Amino acid sequence: MKYNIQLVGVGGQGVLLASTVLGNAAVVEGLEVAMSEVHGMAQRGGSVQCSVRMGREILSPLIPMGAADLLLGFEPVETCRSLSMINKDSQIVTNTTPVVPISVSAGQDKYPAVDEVLSAIREANPNLIAMDATALAVKAGKAIAANSVLIGAISAVKGFPMSKDRMLESLLEVVPAKARDINVRAFELGYQEAKGAGL
Amino acid sequence: MDRLLANSGRLLLLGNEAIARGLIEAGVGVAATYPGTPSSEVGSILEEIAAPAGMYFEYSINEKVAVEVAGAAAASGVRSFAFMKHVGLNVASDAFMTLSYTGVRAGMVIMTADDPSCHSSQNEQDNRYYAKLGLYPMLEPSTPAEARDMLVEAYRISELLQVPVLFRTTTRVNHARGAVELHKAFTPTRRGRFEKDPQRFVPVPANARLLRVEQLKRMERALRMSEGSTLNFVTGSSRVGVVTSGVTYTYAKEWLQDVEILKLGFTNPVPEDKVRRFLEGKQRVVVLEELEPYLEDEVRRIAQQYNIYVEVLGKHTKHLPRAFEFSPDLIISLSSILKVREEKKPLPLPSIKLPSRPPVLCAGCPHRATYYAVKKAVGKDGAIYSSDIGCYTLGIQPPMQTVDYVLCMGASVGAAGGFSEATEQKVVAFIGDSTFFHAGIPPLINAAFNRHKFTLVILDNRTTAMTGHQPNPGTGREFGSVQSPPMPLEPLVRACGVEFVHTVDPYNIKDTIEVMKEAVQYDGLSVVISKHACPLLKTKEGKLVPTRYEIDQEKCVRCYTCVSRFSCPALSKEGGPVKIDATMCIGCGGCAQVCPKQAIEVVR
Repeated sequence: MKYNIQLVGVGGQGVLLASTVLGNAAVVEGLEVAMSEVHGMAQRGGSVQCSVRMGREILSPLIPMGAADLLLGFEPVETCRSLSMINKDSQIVTNTTPVVPISVSAGQDKYPAVDEVLSAIREANPNLIAMDATALAVKAGKAIAANSVLIGAISAVKGFPMSKDRMLESLLEVVPAKARDINVRAFELGYQEAKGAGL
Repeated sequence: MDRLLANSGRLLLLGNEAIARGLIEAGVGVAATYPGTPSSEVGSILEEIAAPAGMYFEYSINEKVAVEVAGAAAASGVRSFAFMKHVGLNVASDAFMTLSYTGVRAGMVIMTADDPSCHSSQNEQDNRYYAKLGLYPMLEPSTPAEARDMLVEAYRISELLQVPVLFRTTTRVNHARGAVELHKAFTPTRRGRFEKDPQRFVPVPANARLLRVEQLKRMERALRMSEGSTLNFVTGSSRVGVVTSGVTYTYAKEWLQDVEILKLGFTNPVPEDKVRRFLEGKQRVVVLEELEPYLEDEVRRIAQQYNIYVEVLGKHTKHLPRAFEFSPDLIISLSSILKVREEKKPLPLPSIKLPSRPPVLCAGCPHRATYYAVKKAVGKDGAIYSSDIGCYTLGIQPPMQTVDYVLCMGASVGAAGGFSEATEQKVVAFIGDSTFFHAGIPPLINAAFNRHKFTLVILDNRTTAMTGHQPNPGTGREFGSVQSPPMPLEPLVRACGVEFVHTVDPYNIKDTIEVMKEAVQYDGLSVVISKHACPLLKTKEGKLVPTRYEIDQEKCVRCYTCVSRFSCPALSKEGGPVKIDATMCIGCGGCAQVCPKQAIEVVR
């Protein structure tokens, strides 16, 4: 078994932290793990990508194009940008809250309507679970828990190789104790939202 | 980080964490670095765990000093480690080139973290050639787990040969993550004794000539070690061969079929006899390595030397690229020369046009305010902006465009001198505080000595920000039970021979513009220290208390000065009104100061 997850988003959104939660869970599960992450300059508000691979006979930290089983996007445009990482059978989970790049604010670029972005993704691959993770996080108690919403959501995806409990346990290891309840709620909201989407 | 000090367990480790753990398992007593991506996290980890592990660790002022500190430790019988990014080894190269003459007594390893594809660097030089140039044994790991294992082996090799080992990693090893089974930690020797031996440690010409001969003999022994090393191994069986090293091995192993792979981990000297035996009987051998044809040249040389006729494909035959890092996709694309395992077809990219997202200066970054003020002060005539290595290089983008020329650490100051002598243009140089200490002081003295006329702005954000907020002499040291006070910049700059020196707080834009005007109009060498702590660092330390700003939409005339001239990522205009993203804004107040209608106000 090999399961490849591509995580994409914007520097500062916690993409790195989410990939660590995934990796740690896989290690506890007794799987082989190889991951690759971005540090340094690209973290300053730029597009970031992390890859997480787990299973047997895993060596490469990078995923070939088209070979990601799951694409987890923290930002809709970034999800759309990374569609070449997946194939027609892959699953997609994306946050729908945009992070508007400075190129748009300064008037050099245009940010497309989120609905258009989502339909473009859906047209390429209908296995899309899109959610306003930020709104769900606010509902759970704090916008910053959007990360936990998304981690909850992927735990409900068809074919995902680890249990909900394993993921929650791994998440709680990296969140501060005082934010535990908020993150548990956020995780659960994300999980239910994805279950409801029925993919 | 305490988990890295455990005596057993299976942990998911970043390559750089595995390397830090390797130091603990090897009983390293002294480690030194200057931070640089992709090596930086090793330092951030050692900052926390070196002292409890019984190791001395320091951020040296630059890579050359780091190698000198570690070299002296190893000459005194203490295992040592000097580490840096690839271009850091250029800085250290003077010490590096003679350290392999004098050698070491206890084991020493020098890590060069190369950056194929320039993820965070100004070039993608292949530092394997430094091993050849300096006559160093070299090891190249493929994964985090292998990095730990090889590091322990590197110390054994170094002690047997009495010379440091070059440990060459790449971004995809330093910043990969994988499971590592911890072995026993080893308590280091922290203090040794330097036994004098001038014939060995003082390379005056008469001694140097003897040491040179010794050095060559040592490499003969290193070759025999490489021949017998289990770090060089063959896997699979076929008449089609692949010779590879580093992370490329992981791609080859997973996506090639029906090949025999010679995986080299001990790559200087290349094990000649092992390669010869591998080549014999092969129909075709493909050399898979990132960047330069380092192994390929060796393979061709060995084939020629031993009269082996075998087809060798690689960079010289244009089957593989010399530029940029390899990937699984590149391996899969080699289906005309190797049997590959195909993946499912990637989805085509949709036709919808997506906005680009390059990295930007953070919301509230003091560099933005400094750049804004300098541009105001310089005015329409403009200036040559000679810049340096750090977050502030992001000023290259519009609307700031305050980066016209960059080479390497410290070059902003040296080049400014050149521009000021060779042109009639105004010259403004920018350098960060840490970079100034690293390589900016000699060129500043040079400018005073030679009467160059330009303005140097020291962007003093009280940290080494880009690499993850390491301390530098300007911040003082407070870790590993060593404390030193911050070294003030103003007297240091004056002592360099500069008469015009002013310190400003860039968050006060009006005053900053005034001082910058004076500085750029000054007929001589002027230095402005633009001092304000990096807000990311303050956030990390829990010291940031954001002031909340809002835009009074009644007062706002939609001139968009704030968005288009100041361009803070916390500001956006979607359609008409400008908005402040409260989750990003840290309340620096810069936008409020540049607003011509005073429409941006403090609400809390």
